[in-house]
Amino acid sequence: MSAPPHDPWFRLARWTKARIGLGRVGASLPTREVLSFALAHAQARDAVHARLDRDALANALAGLGLGAVIVESEATDRQVYLRRPDLGRTLSLRSRTLLEVRREPCDLAVVIGDGLSATAVTAHAQALLSAFLPHATRLGLKLGPVVIAEGARVALGDEIGAILGAKAVAVVIGERPGLTAADSLGIYLTYAPRPGRNDGERNCISNVRPDGLPPAVAAARLAWLVDAALARELTGVSLKDETDLTLGHEPGDRLGP
Amino acid sequence: MTFRRQIKHTTYVFGSLAELLAKASPPRAGDRLAGLGAATAEENVAAKLALADVPLKTILATPVIPYDDDDVTRLILDTHDIKAFKPIASLTVGEFREFLLSPATTSRTLAALAPAVTPEIAAAVSKLMRNQDLILAARKMQVVTAFRNTIGLPGTMAVRLQPNHPADDPVGIMASIADGLMYGAGDAVIGINPASDSLPRIEGLLRLLDDLIQRFEIPTQACVLTHVTTTLQLVGKGVPVDLVFQSVAGTEAANRSFGITLDMLKEAEAAARDLKRGTIGQNVMYFETGQGSALSANAHHGVDQQTCEVRAYAVARAFRPLVVNTVVGFIGPEYLYDGKEILRAALEDHFCGKLMGLPMGVDVCYTNHAEADQDDMDVILTALAAAGVTYIMGIPGADDVMLGYQSTSFHDALFVREAFNLKRAPEFEAWLKSAAITDGSGRLLPARADHPLLAQSLLKSKALRSRRPA
Repeated sequence: MSAPPHDPWFRLARWTKARIGLGRVGASLPTREVLSFALAHAQARDAVHARLDRDALANALAGLGLGAVIVESEATDRQVYLRRPDLGRTLSLRSRTLLEVRREPCDLAVVIGDGLSATAVTAHAQALLSAFLPHATRLGLKLGPVVIAEGARVALGDEIGAILGAKAVAVVIGERPGLTAADSLGIYLTYAPRPGRNDGERNCISNVRPDGLPPAVAAARLAWLVDAALARELTGVSLKDETDLTLGHEPGDRLGP
Repeated sequence: MTFRRQIKHTTYVFGSLAELLAKASPPRAGDRLAGLGAATAEENVAAKLALADVPLKTILATPVIPYDDDDVTRLILDTHDIKAFKPIASLTVGEFREFLLSPATTSRTLAALAPAVTPEIAAAVSKLMRNQDLILAARKMQVVTAFRNTIGLPGTMAVRLQPNHPADDPVGIMASIADGLMYGAGDAVIGINPASDSLPRIEGLLRLLDDLIQRFEIPTQACVLTHVTTTLQLVGKGVPVDLVFQSVAGTEAANRSFGITLDMLKEAEAAARDLKRGTIGQNVMYFETGQGSALSANAHHGVDQQTCEVRAYAVARAFRPLVVNTVVGFIGPEYLYDGKEILRAALEDHFCGKLMGLPMGVDVCYTNHAEADQDDMDVILTALAAAGVTYIMGIPGADDVMLGYQSTSFHDALFVREAFNLKRAPEFEAWLKSAAITDGSGRLLPARADHPLLAQSLLKSKALRSRRPA
C-alpha cells in the first residue's frame, strides 16, 4: 500500500506555516504527519526541560570579555519551576548574598535566564550579547556584571537589578517553545528594577532567533530602548518602541515565562 | 459561616463557603499556587463530605464575593429565577447531584432549571461529581442557538475553523480556511485570532471573511476575535460584523483587567443585533473563558479557580451567546498541570456551562510546557464527545502557528464524527453536500484540485498570484 498523498491543494502550504493539505486515511492522519508532529512536540518538550549549562555560558561570555555571576531562583527543579512561577521570581539566599557583594551602581544589568527554553539561551544568548556590546560602548553605558540565572522568570530580574543597584535591567530569557520554533529568546527591559514591578512597566522584544528577529537586529533595538529608557527614566507602555526594525512579528508577552 | 466535618478524631473546619468550595475541589495547580487547595487528601474529601450536606438555599444566601463589592455577584443574584428554583429549593448539594443523574430528570427539566442555577451551585455540585457523572449529566442538556445555522441540536457537534497566521497574512489565512472547509469544518464560526490590534487590519480580515461567506453562500458566521471595544468601533464604521467576541472572567476585577464592563457587553450585543445579519437567529455574541484567568489577574478574592470560571458563565449567559468556549489548557501548567487536570477541568467547564444554559464548546488544548500530549487530547476529546460538547476548535494539523499551542484539528473532528456518528449543523451539512465536499452521509468525498472553493477563492486572484510566498 502506498503512502496516502498530500491533498491536491498542498501547494497552498507555501503561503503559511500552518499544517495544511496533510492528506488523510479516512478520518485519520497519514503516518508521516503523525510522526512529524510528534518530532516537533518532542523538540519543544526537550527545550522546556533542558537544563542550562551555566558554566559553559559563563566561559562563552568570558570570551567576549564579560564577567558573569552565576545565580539561581528558588525553583531550580524544573517540575517546581513549572508549577510555582512565584518561586521563579525569587532569588535563592545564596544568590542574594553573592549579588550583594557585587553591588555597584551601573546603567544596565544584563540577566540571562533559562526561562522556558534553555535551548534558546544556549543557542543565541552569546550572539545577542556579542552584537549588543558595540552599542553599549557607543552609548557609553556602564554595564554591571552579567548575571546567569537558572530557574528564572522575567521578574527575577527585578530583584537582581535592585540588589546590584542598576538603573535598568535587561532580562534575556528563553521563551515558551512553539512547535515551529523551540529556540526563541525574549528580552525584557525594566527601568528602576525592584520587586513588585508589573509587566506593564517593561518593554519586550520577542521572537529573537535567526529565523525570527535576528540577534543583531534585536541588539540594536535593545540599545535604542536602553538609551531611551535612561533618558526618559521609564520603561513600559509609555515608552513606545520607535525603531523601525520590526519584522512584522507581534510581541507575545503571554508566550513569555 | 463555618462548616465542619469530623473524620475519626480530626475535626475539619472550613471558615467560609469559599474556603469549603476551594478545599472540596479536585486538586489542581492553580489552587495550590493560590494557597487555596486542601492541605491533605483527607481534607479534600472532608470538604466534599461537608459540602454534600450544604443546602442549595445556603449557597444562594452566601455570596462568595460580597454583593456590594462585585458586579458579577450582583448580576448573579439579581437575575436568579426564584420560581424556576422551586423544584430544587429543598435539596442539598449531595442530593442535587443525584437529582441531575436521575433518569426522571430529563432534558426538558434541565432546560427549565438553567435560570435557577447560580455559578456557585453549579460549581458546588460539580465538585462532588466524578468524570463519568459530568459526562452523563451534561449529555442530557441541550442548548440550541442560531445565527446563519443552528448549533447544538441533538446528534450534532460543530467546529470553529481557526485559520490563524502569525502576521495576519490574508493569503495564508485563506489557505487555512480553504483547507478547513475542504475538511468539512467551520459550522460554529470561522474565527480568526488576529496577531495585531490594528483597526485597518482587522477590518480587512472581516471583509475577507464576509466576502467568502457571501460568494460561496456558506451558512456560517464570521468573527475576528479582538477586544469588544475594537469590534464596536468597527460596527460604527459600517464594517460587516457577524459575531462580537470577548474574553470574560468571573469577577468584576478580572473583567476590569480585560478592559471590559458589563455595560460594554450590553452595548455590543445591542449593536450587533441591530445589524440583523443573522438569517435564522440573533445570537450574536461569542465568549471565551478559562480556569485561572481570575488568579492570573490577581482578582480571585480567595475563590477557587473553578468557581471563578463558572461565575464567568453567568456573565456570558446574560448576553445570549451563539457560542461559548473554555480555552481549557491554554493558560499553562501553573493553573492546570497535566493531562489529568486538563481533562477534569474540561469536563467541569462543559458540564457547568451547559447546566447554566450555555452553548458550551471546549478548546481541547495544551501548551508545550504542560505535562500533556496528543494522547491526552484524544482522551479529552473523546470524553467531551460522549458528554455532547457543542463544538470544538478546528486548526490545521492541531498546531496553531500564531498562538503557539496545540488544539484539535480538522482530522480530530472527523475522528469524533466517525466514532460517535455526530453530524454538523444541518444547514452547513447541507451546504457541504451541495458543494460536493461530502456525500449523503456527511463523509468527505475524495478531494479534487479543481474544486470551486480552491479554484475561485482569493487564492487564485491575479494580485496574489504575483506575490512571492512568505
